[in-house]
Amino acid sequence: MTEPLLDVRQLSRRFAAVDALKDVNFSVEAGEVHALIGPNGAGKTTFIHHVSGALQPDSGSVHFAGREVTRLAMHQRVAAGMARSYQITNVFLGLSALDNVALAVQGRQDAGSSFRFWQAARTEKRLFEEARSFLEQVGLAKRVETVAGNLAHGEQRALELAMALATQPQLLLLDEPMAGTGPEESARMVELIEHLARHVTILLVEHDMAAVFRLADRISVLVNGRLIATGTPEAVRADPEVRRAYLGDHL
Amino acid sequence: MAFYRPAPYQKPLAIVLLLAALALPSVLSAFGQEFYVGFATRVLIFALAASSLNLVLGFGGMFSLGHAAFFGAGAYVAAICMQAGISDALLAFPLAMLAAGLLALLVGALSLRTRGVYFIMITLAFAQMAYYLFVSARAWGGDDGLPLVGRMTLGGLSLSSDNALFFTALSALTAAIVFLGRLADARFGRTIQAIRENETRMEALGYPVFRYRLVCFALGGALAGLAGALLANLTGLASPNLLQWMQSGTLLVMVIIGGVGYLYGGVVGAVVLLCLEEVLSGFTLHWHIGLGVLLLGIVLFAPKGVAALFGKRDD
Repeated sequence: MTEPLLDVRQLSRRFAAVDALKDVNFSVEAGEVHALIGPNGAGKTTFIHHVSGALQPDSGSVHFAGREVTRLAMHQRVAAGMARSYQITNVFLGLSALDNVALAVQGRQDAGSSFRFWQAARTEKRLFEEARSFLEQVGLAKRVETVAGNLAHGEQRALELAMALATQPQLLLLDEPMAGTGPEESARMVELIEHLARHVTILLVEHDMAAVFRLADRISVLVNGRLIATGTPEAVRADPEVRRAYLGDHL
Repeated sequence: MAFYRPAPYQKPLAIVLLLAALALPSVLSAFGQEFYVGFATRVLIFALAASSLNLVLGFGGMFSLGHAAFFGAGAYVAAICMQAGISDALLAFPLAMLAAGLLALLVGALSLRTRGVYFIMITLAFAQMAYYLFVSARAWGGDDGLPLVGRMTLGGLSLSSDNALFFTALSALTAAIVFLGRLADARFGRTIQAIRENETRMEALGYPVFRYRLVCFALGGALAGLAGALLANLTGLASPNLLQWMQSGTLLVMVIIGGVGYLYGGVVGAVVLLCLEEVLSGFTLHWHIGLGVLLLGIVLFAPKGVAALFGKRDD
């Protein structure tokens, strides 16, 4: 059996007297969409922070693409092939959609050094052509020149995704990509993620259960910082403990 | 925020002003006012120092209250070079930039691990340490400072005439502005401006944020060092007062008056502040009151600074 792309072992983190995460064992196989669900405050976003490197665990380890990354800084993990989108839209509101994505392309290892002090970046056609193609992928082809602050909420979510994609990750960490979107926007986002999942492995945190059960190959359930179940959607749906702790309210 | 973008008329305006500056010494001597060439040189030097701070503060978003340390260090390197018999500015000025840049690299490497008010305080603390170091350095004149025996030469050309030094300072400022203008549009400039807005997002895009900030901080320090070396030539003295926190404050006031994050912010601020000082101090010893009123007016009515009227940064 091949090694999982992401392997989190015995991860624990306390905030004051609260176990935010307790002995979490979690893995994402290359090529799958693995959804992480759980009630509000279960520690899902905290978990994403530990995987992406924004926070450091008290104990346990994170392995990615065959190497241990537990102590690596966030930018090093991005360079290793991990990208995330944020639950609360986190784009450069004053920049055009194109400039936002061009920044993401420019930050990539293979795009060359950014310690360039003389040549105007806008003359680098490659950066912007590539940025354009990522915007097309997420359906923002017509909004290229629009300042991000003037995009609709759903479009900003898509832009966020385009920026994550532009780092060309092996693993995409999506923290509630549907958060705050209307039903129509949600449906488009699901389609988009379905499309992306053909090329990239995805760890999806989401509250929208219809979306989760449609997209996920495997589902894990986090409650009070503990992982209570992992399995196929059918198995998780049928799990009595999951129904009691969480899904009972939703299904 | 957006990336800095100059207004279309900014470049022609700057060229006209540069031509006017080139003609200034002849015009002044025609009216028998040669005294003001020295004053104009001072303005140019402070314009350079303030522009270097604007790179750090305006483009890099680092609120340093210790920038004068690099300014003063540049002045001391020039004076020490003279003392050691190195009187060619072609060697001494790069040395001043190198020393000030390395000092900034060291200060930055430690202080850039902090944020917000801690960063302000730690840069201030480093600058004051440097100040007291020079005050107590007997070999370099202690609190009297280190005088320069005459001015340097620039590749055989003597800077002892006020005009020669004026044109040297003007060239240095022009080169710095051209460089900073290019930098703002280049990859590095876009990177540090984006870091200023949202460093976490940049980190999450794979940028080693610390490294970019550090290089920006050190570049600002090196440019301040060049300004310091020029000032030592103008005044004939490297004084520890140049490193003091009041001096950092003056540079900050210039940048704020001129326009934080605008290419010409430092230049405009230096011109406004020093001219005001020159004019008001002719009337009263208490010219600082007038300055206070001006600062108040700018913060209330043109919070982005005077240069904001000439450049765009559509937020």
